[in-house]
Amino acid sequence: MSAVRQAVTSHPLDGSIAEWVWLIPLLPLLGALINGALVLWPRLSRGADHSLEAREAGAASSLAGTRWLTTIVGPGVLLLTFALAVAIFLAMRGAGEMLTPFIRTYASWMPAGSLVIDWGIQLDQLSMLMTLVITGVGLLIHVFSVGYMATDGGFARYFAYLNLFVCAMLVLVLGSSYAVMFVGWEGVGLASYLLIGFWFSEKANADAGKKAFIVNRIGDFGLLVAMFLLFSTTGALDFVGAHAGLAGASPAVFTTVALFLFLGCAGKSAQLPLYIWLPDAMAGPTPVSALIHAATMVTAGVYLIARAATVFAGAPAVSLFVALIGAATALFAATIALRQWDIKKVLAYSTISQLGYMFVAVGTGAYAAGVFHLVTHAFFKALLFLGAGAVIHAMHGAYHHSHQPDQDAQDLRNMGGLRKYLPVTSATMWIATLAIAGVPPLAGFFSKDEILTSVFTRAQGSTLASASLLGLPGSTVLYLIYGVGIVTALLTAVYMTRMMLLAFGGLNRTGERASAGLHDAPAIMLVPMVVLALLTLGGGWLNLPELIPLGPLHLLSSWLDPVSGEASRALGGSLHLDHSTELVLVGTAVAVALLGIAIAVMKYRSPISNKDKAVPDAGVAALLADAYRVDEGLDRTVVRPVYAFSTRVLWQGIDQNIDRAFVSGGRLLSRVAGQAHDALGGGDVGRYAWVIALGVLAVLAAFTVR
Amino acid sequence: MMLADALIVSAILFSIGVVGVLTRRNAIILFMCVELMLNAVNLSFVVFAKMHGVGGHVFVIMVMTIAAAEAAVGLAIVISVFRHFGAVDLQNLKLLRR
Repeated sequence: MSAVRQAVTSHPLDGSIAEWVWLIPLLPLLGALINGALVLWPRLSRGADHSLEAREAGAASSLAGTRWLTTIVGPGVLLLTFALAVAIFLAMRGAGEMLTPFIRTYASWMPAGSLVIDWGIQLDQLSMLMTLVITGVGLLIHVFSVGYMATDGGFARYFAYLNLFVCAMLVLVLGSSYAVMFVGWEGVGLASYLLIGFWFSEKANADAGKKAFIVNRIGDFGLLVAMFLLFSTTGALDFVGAHAGLAGASPAVFTTVALFLFLGCAGKSAQLPLYIWLPDAMAGPTPVSALIHAATMVTAGVYLIARAATVFAGAPAVSLFVALIGAATALFAATIALRQWDIKKVLAYSTISQLGYMFVAVGTGAYAAGVFHLVTHAFFKALLFLGAGAVIHAMHGAYHHSHQPDQDAQDLRNMGGLRKYLPVTSATMWIATLAIAGVPPLAGFFSKDEILTSVFTRAQGSTLASASLLGLPGSTVLYLIYGVGIVTALLTAVYMTRMMLLAFGGLNRTGERASAGLHDAPAIMLVPMVVLALLTLGGGWLNLPELIPLGPLHLLSSWLDPVSGEASRALGGSLHLDHSTELVLVGTAVAVALLGIAIAVMKYRSPISNKDKAVPDAGVAALLADAYRVDEGLDRTVVRPVYAFSTRVLWQGIDQNIDRAFVSGGRLLSRVAGQAHDALGGGDVGRYAWVIALGVLAVLAAFTVR
Repeated sequence: MMLADALIVSAILFSIGVVGVLTRRNAIILFMCVELMLNAVNLSFVVFAKMHGVGGHVFVIMVMTIAAAEAAVGLAIVISVFRHFGAVDLQNLKLLRR
């Protein structure tokens, strides 16, 4: 395979529009630079006031002059990028079957001995799909942001960060080597940090940004180690070369590399136990949560595992482990989501849970199913977050205009009955909710069902089933994962319906004064939501199963086959369930979804009181509402001991003493040197003469007395 | 053994000069001591010229020329120092320090 790849010199895409692929990450970077310049311009022209906040507060009026430019540039570069991506996609479709990736190298980055890393772009079916999702969903969210951030003083700064994020994300998926991908990997981390702490004047927001960055360091450490191992084994870091070089490596190498890669993925994609940063990441503006913490960045781990499918296919036990962690994460986060009162926290835990599903898929070698769920999840979760943004926007505005700014605009207990005030938001969010719950024929139903079905299929007679994890046979592990997946599907339906009923159903709890100010968002925010709702309705057609032949079958699976098909068959075989079994599985999934919705409807029919009059949760409910108190536990066992150690030992013990030693030592040294010099000098010629004479005598003595 | 005697005389003259430079404060006497050292060196040049050819003589002429020029410049400085400070005692001349 690798020999064939290297022998091929011409490529179907040679000379096509795909030669312009380098513009794809560059256009958003250009947007980021322009918007960044618009942020810095008032500072440069005015000079004196360096406080960003004071400047933004005052700049809201003076910046109105450049605001139109940001409005055009911010979403505009995304529109251009998306158009280019679509053009390249059409060229790929037209070029016929493309078995090898289209790779272009633009410059040398690190030519160091045998390590040669180039700035290169790899265009294949997987990176093309990711690019379309990132630029497409990204464009919609940029447009939404124009409305959502309209009154924010940091308008240009926001779009500078958001464009930077898109640029980094595109570098991540288009990079032709692990090293270039890592640049994007860290770039999205940086943009995420900047946007989580966007409203940094509140310490909690800034802390949330830091938490995300620090927790991700643990994962990045794993990714780096995996890269070192790959290089020391294969001598290459580009995807094609490294994966080809692994061909003859021992199973131990595959296992180690795969494990460390997964550590990186678990950090970025918020899997157990590194998920803790994602709920806090909700401190950022809501469109940011939609783009970064639901649709794109957090799925980078899923992308990486699909990209490194060759590595994971060589380590079935690690693949099982990935799937098991995914299943555990899915269940764990879903239980927490059952009892969250903050609308964004529900969605955050839901995202973690859905990412767990994706890891189940890529862990069982169903790479196409994982990427399929990634795409549909990008549609419906982005929609849910944008809807939540519209709700918060309305709630915030209502409380603001009725002079109750201390009321919580994100608490579900303060909402209720919003269907009447926000009809469009309500309708689109219900579509997304039914999709994530797994109700046919919406996008989420198809992707989740494909994951569960492929887990079930592989439990018998596949490479995975005959592998073993920690003494358990793979078959048992897979059945366990399937069970967990079904239970999680039930919980998903419950918590999503609960959230919707609390926010949109029943009577309004916002308060009489404020509820008069509630209204649907402006068109610029509603249009992206409607587009996403349409995508959610039709997303399932991307990859229809044989059981439901409503159009061309397996579009996505066959599209991705040149990238991950081989690895997928190596892990899972090409087994097929008979129709009756498959029918039972689909029936179970649908029944579970409907059951979950019914449970939630039964439970949340009766009216509840608003936040001020709420009775505190008790028992298990309180434990779930506090997210199992993991943060508190980590605070006690990790954060505070480390903090105490750094304060007492490293800072007060070592740092301060070294400071003292060096500062006073330096002072003492220069004083002694000064006094010595003073003693030698003194301007007395006679003394100089003595010193010279003694010096000459000393030199003579040194030569004479050997 | 005439060479050795001459060299010993030269060494004694030079040492007297050095001790004079080190111990005396008067600029004129210092000058005389420097001349003494120069001439001690001249003596040893002449002595060695007897062994190694006329090169030594050439150097003696050179040293005497330089010494004459140096004496002229040095005495001029001493005179202007005397005019300025009213004394030629080197202990008072510490201007370089400030």
